[in-house]
Parts: sequence; structure tokens; C-alpha cells
Amino acid sequence: MPFYRSHVLVSVDPECLKRGAHEVIDALNDELIAQDLIHEVQVLETSRIGDPYRLGPDLLVYPEGVHYANISVDDIPYLVEEQFLKGRVVEKFRAQEKVVSDEELGAPKAKEVRVVLRNCGKIDPHNIEDYIAEDGYSALAKVISEMAPEQVIDEIGKSGLRGRGGAGFPTAKKWKLCRDVQDSPKYLTCNADEGDPGAFMNRRVLESDPHSVLEGMVIAAYATGASLGYIYCRAEYPIAVQNLNIAIAQAREFGFLGKNIFGTDFSFDLEVRKGAGAFVCGEETALIASIEGKRGEPRPRPPFPAVKGVWGKPTNNNNVETYAVVPQIIIKGADWYSSMGTAKSKGTKTFAIAGDVVNTGLIEVPFGITLREIIFEVGGGIKDGKQFKAIQTGGPMGGCLTEQHLDLPLDYEALTAAGSMMGSGGLIIMDNETCMVDMARFFMEFTQDESCGKCTPCRVGTKRLLEIHQKICAGQGEPGDLELLDTLCTEIMRDSLCGLGQGAPNPVVSMLKHFRSEYEAHIFEKRCPAKVCRALIRFKIQPPVCTGCTVCARNCPVEAISGERRQVHKIDPDKCIRCGICAQVCNFNAIDVLS
Amino acid sequence: MIEVTQEKHLATIVEAAIAKHGTHADAYIPILLEINNNFGYIPAEAIRLARAKLHQPEDHSLVSEGRLYGLASFYHMLSTQKNGRHTVQFCESAPCHVQGGRELWKALQQELQLKSGETDPDGRFTLKTVSCLGICGVGPVILVDNDFYGNVTPEDLADIFAKYE
Repeated sequence: MPFYRSHVLVSVDPECLKRGAHEVIDALNDELIAQDLIHEVQVLETSRIGDPYRLGPDLLVYPEGVHYANISVDDIPYLVEEQFLKGRVVEKFRAQEKVVSDEELGAPKAKEVRVVLRNCGKIDPHNIEDYIAEDGYSALAKVISEMAPEQVIDEIGKSGLRGRGGAGFPTAKKWKLCRDVQDSPKYLTCNADEGDPGAFMNRRVLESDPHSVLEGMVIAAYATGASLGYIYCRAEYPIAVQNLNIAIAQAREFGFLGKNIFGTDFSFDLEVRKGAGAFVCGEETALIASIEGKRGEPRPRPPFPAVKGVWGKPTNNNNVETYAVVPQIIIKGADWYSSMGTAKSKGTKTFAIAGDVVNTGLIEVPFGITLREIIFEVGGGIKDGKQFKAIQTGGPMGGCLTEQHLDLPLDYEALTAAGSMMGSGGLIIMDNETCMVDMARFFMEFTQDESCGKCTPCRVGTKRLLEIHQKICAGQGEPGDLELLDTLCTEIMRDSLCGLGQGAPNPVVSMLKHFRSEYEAHIFEKRCPAKVCRALIRFKIQPPVCTGCTVCARNCPVEAISGERRQVHKIDPDKCIRCGICAQVCNFNAIDVLS
Repeated sequence: MIEVTQEKHLATIVEAAIAKHGTHADAYIPILLEINNNFGYIPAEAIRLARAKLHQPEDHSLVSEGRLYGLASFYHMLSTQKNGRHTVQFCESAPCHVQGGRELWKALQQELQLKSGETDPDGRFTLKTVSCLGICGVGPVILVDNDFYGNVTPEDLADIFAKYE
């Protein structure tokens, strides 16, 4: 075999051919012969390299890996002389990398391990061939040709994969439950109703790598014996819905979905069901009700969906991330997957970091990492040089954790033990200017709004929790309020029908536990230490700083500020509505906010 | 009472939606979404028309107007009330809230002179809150019809709304 020191890969994508790729190849060979380099440099044809409409004809030179774009026949003599004779990269022909500012997902940061997110931003989600080129559907091929359904369940069991929707139920156990039920047909559902505020991991996977979810579902269908699957995707994610539909059509065309997959007698098809805006539909029984065209109201379990799910038939429901990771476990093996993580939580988990942190966006890290590493190393620390105060994990049904929890190794058990939960993976980081009572009020507004209203403890209980918080934030808290909150929380958690109600008081419970003194300051001292609750702060003009410019007095909407020109001004606290306009307009920072 | 021409139009939309999604129970929500997208809300008349088509006792497919109204009033994206020409939706989720959303929400209500759920007198804007849109990296976020705006500050609002007649 001849040895070449360089290889030139010319894209022969249809668009590049139209733009003269074959002529470029001929010219390259001619020129290499002319310059006596033909035995050292090999010219090969390849498929699409870059965007052919912008860069074609384009080529890659190895081993350097240089990408040259918009090459014409006239450029060839110079290119060959410089690149192959003199060994210099020709900058003027190099492809201009389109700078994509991806605010969500940059290059992997230190400590990140990308399994679920590995293809995001790397492949074209509209092109199934891109996915196939990254080992896509090879796990499915392996499963169908070499493994019995029980072996698939065993392999997933050995990997230690647990449900990524938040509860962390062992995936293999769930599959087996569904498989063992003697009833047909069986269904699969994919919970893509990612409603937790601040959680957008699933959206990104659905938009950027939909085939990984599809492949995971087909494997799960093979293992459980399901014949039809529904992907329940929230309507707030229009691009995810669109990309899923494109992916499903392409997978059918390639024989990875539909009748007789890979030519075997195994058949499975998928449909996308779009939500219509209801947070509670992320609860599995509510999700199933919604698929069936009903109000998304949960029902008591048992019977569990594995026994009676969609249309009353056995149904296996998993989260987007759970399905997306399945093909990787099949290809790389259970041992590889279980080598990452902690004793009981294996593998990696995606998190969405939001709030007062420098790098917001998506990350994927192995279980066992600490919150400190996530916030200060991966997340780059707190914004604007402020102090860390709290982190809300597990979404609105989760809890907030403080400084003392930062060194916990992150896994399902550790978070639950600390009074929070894994949830779907939203992390909201709060700095020291956040009022925890206001945050608790805010979470209660959310749950109150999203409570489906079916059961009383949740419907009425969250309303009362919200009202008490509103009262405290408005400066009208009374002795006994905290005890009432404690009782209400206990009862709502004990008596509610589904996870929404059972989890709704969680933020309040954890904030009462870790920030009780802040509640007490609001109630007994009538002050908001973080200076957020309007009713509990005062604005005061600092005499030495005030120049008497009159700007504040002129902008005050209620004429609460008085003073002569060039004299120190005064705010009348009885008239002041604490709108804060004076502090914003003052050019000398003379107005202080007092708690 | 809806005018005759509009009623015809309504019937066409309802029939097209049913033709597209079918009459099975799992088509009810997609059908209502389709009607909502066409009119900005679900007129009571549309529910009556849809029910007449979907209720097929001979096929044991029983549906009441109440069932359809129950869906229309349950889901946030379905509205039983007439909305303005443009819907402004403010993301009320926690990440936006801690990133200046609180101030923006105040400014938004002031700028439009509307509270949540209200429509202005000339029917230009309806103001609503929406649950997390999942683009928390660029919060606070507002959605005008189908256009997303991220990193919005109170100062940006006037320019944004000027684009919508």
C-alpha cells in the first residue's frame, strides 16, 4: 500500500458538484502530477464537510485538518504549491468558521462529561445521516440482531440507570414491570413535558439530537413489548415538536420505525402529542389523561401505568433523558456507564444552571460532583462579584440548599436527605440580594397557578400558603404565621393526590428551615434583610452626599420629596410608595435603601 | 350573535381541524388548539359545532359540550375569552424572576396599562403570563405572538411593542 503524507478530502455533496467539485478534483490531480507530488498526496472524495451553500466547493487537508472553502480551479496551482510543496497553510482560502454564539451550550467545561448532550450542536438534527455517522441506530441494530428483550433489560439494570424525570426509579425495573404484565397492546410514553421553571435540558436534546430519544424508545419498546409510543411534548417548545416530527419521518423512511424494523417481525411506531400548557401534565397519570384527550388531572396510583396506562393498557413512561442515554449504554456497555457516578446514582446527569451565576446554560456532569464545583467551577461563580446565598434544586417542588450543603456529593439520595430533591435538573442560583420569603411567595404563586384543582389539600392549601406569604411580604405578618405555615405544609404534603401537591410545600419547608430568621425579621421586626420586599424598606437621602439638585423631587410620582434647590432634600416616609425611582435617577448615589 | 359569514368561516375551520386530526378522543386537544390558533381563542359557537361533529353515539364516541369546554378552560394555551390582535406573554418563572423579571413585569404592566389577562380597549394587546419557555439563559423573556425576546429590560419595551400594530 502506498504511503501518502497528505490526504485531501473534497466534498462531493450535490451542491458542491454543481459548483464544480469534480473540476477541482481533476485540477488538483493535474497540478499534483505537474509538481511531482502525486505519490505523496492523495485526493479523495467525501460527503458534505461544511455548509455547501456557503462554503462549496470545499475540501479538508489532513493531517493538518485545515478546511479550505470556495475553492475554484484557478486557485489550485497556488494552493498545491503553498500547502504541499512549501507546507504552509493558505489563510486566504480557509473556511471562515461561522461564529455560532450558543448561550446554552458552549464547549464542555472542565469536569463535564457529555453523554446525553454529546451530539448537541455537533450534528444537524434535520439529517438522520448525521446521527448515523455518530454511531446512531447501531445500538438498535445490536439489540435487535443479538439480544433478547430480557438481555436488554438486564444490561440496563447492570448500568444502574435511574429515571431522569426526577424520582430516580430504576429504569430496568420499570421496563420489567411493564414487560411482565399479560395484556396487549402495550404503549410507551416519553415525558417531554419539561415544565419545571429553569429546566431546559430536555428541550435541547429534543431540538438538537431527537434521534437519540427515538432510538432509546425503539429499544425500550423491544424490551417491554410495546407496539406504539407517544412523545408528549409541551407546546411551549415549538422547535422540539418540529424536529421530532422530522426525525420520526426520517426514521420511518430508513426502516428504524414502523413495520418490520430492520426487516424483522418487530414493529413499533411513534407519534408526537403536543401539550396545551399545563404543568401538571408532567405527572405521569395526568400526562396519560392528556394523551387520551382529557383534562390533565392526575389519578391515584395504583394501578400504576405499567399495569393500566394509556387507553387502560400497560404503559412504560420515561423521561427524554432516560431514553436518550439508553443507546449509549447498549453500545458502550453497562460497565462503562456504571463506572461513573456514586454508589447508588450511576452515570451522568444534565443540569440547567440559571439565576445569578456567571455561566448560565446547560451542563452534563457525573453524579457525585458537588454543588460547589457546579456553581464555582462549571458555573464560573456568582455574577457581579456578589455572595452566594442559596440554590434551588429540583424545580418548584424541590427545596433550597445553602452554603452548608455545597460540599455534598450530588446524587438522588444525598439531595433527598438534605431536604431537597434531584428533580429534573433545574438549578436556580440565588445571590445575597435575594429575599427568601419573596422567593417562597414566588414558588407558591407558581404552584397555586398550576394546581389542577382536583384535590382539596393542593388546591386550597397552596392558596393559603400563598396568601400567608403575600401578607408577610406586605409587612402584615403576625405571630403564629410561621407555626401555621409549618402545619399547612405538613398536611398538604401528607394529603395531596399527586407529586405536585405532595411537593408543593417543599420550597417553603426548606426556606423555613434554613432561613427562618429572615421570616422572623419580616414578621416581628418589619424589615426585609435583603431589601426586596417593598413594604418593608425605606428610602433615605444621605445629607452629606445630596447636592440639592432637585432631580429626585421632580421625578417622585407622589411628591414625597421636599427641599430647596442646593439644600439637602428629605423623603416623607408616610407619602413614599417605595417605587425606587428617586434612587434610580439620583446622579450622586445619595439615596440609600434601608431594611 | 356571530355574523353569518363568520359562522361559515368558523364551520370551515372546525371541519378542517376535525378532518385533519380525526374524531377519536385523543384528537380533541389538537382540534381545540387548531381552532384557538385560528381565532386567538375558542368561541363558544366553535365548541357547539365541534361537539356536533365529534359526538357519534353509533360509534360509542360520546362527547358533551361540557367535556370540550372543560378542556378549553383547563389548558393555558386554550382561551375561552377573546384576545387582542397580539398576545404578550411574560415568562413568570423563577430564573427570569431573579434576573430582573420582577422589575420587568412591573414595567410591562405600566407600559401596556394592562394587568395579567386583560386586553386593551382597542384590542391591540392582551397581556398574559406564561410558564417557563425554557430559554432561561437569556432571561427575562417575553413572547409577543410567536416572537421571542430575551434579556429584556424595561427600556426595551417601547421599541418591541412599536413593531406590532
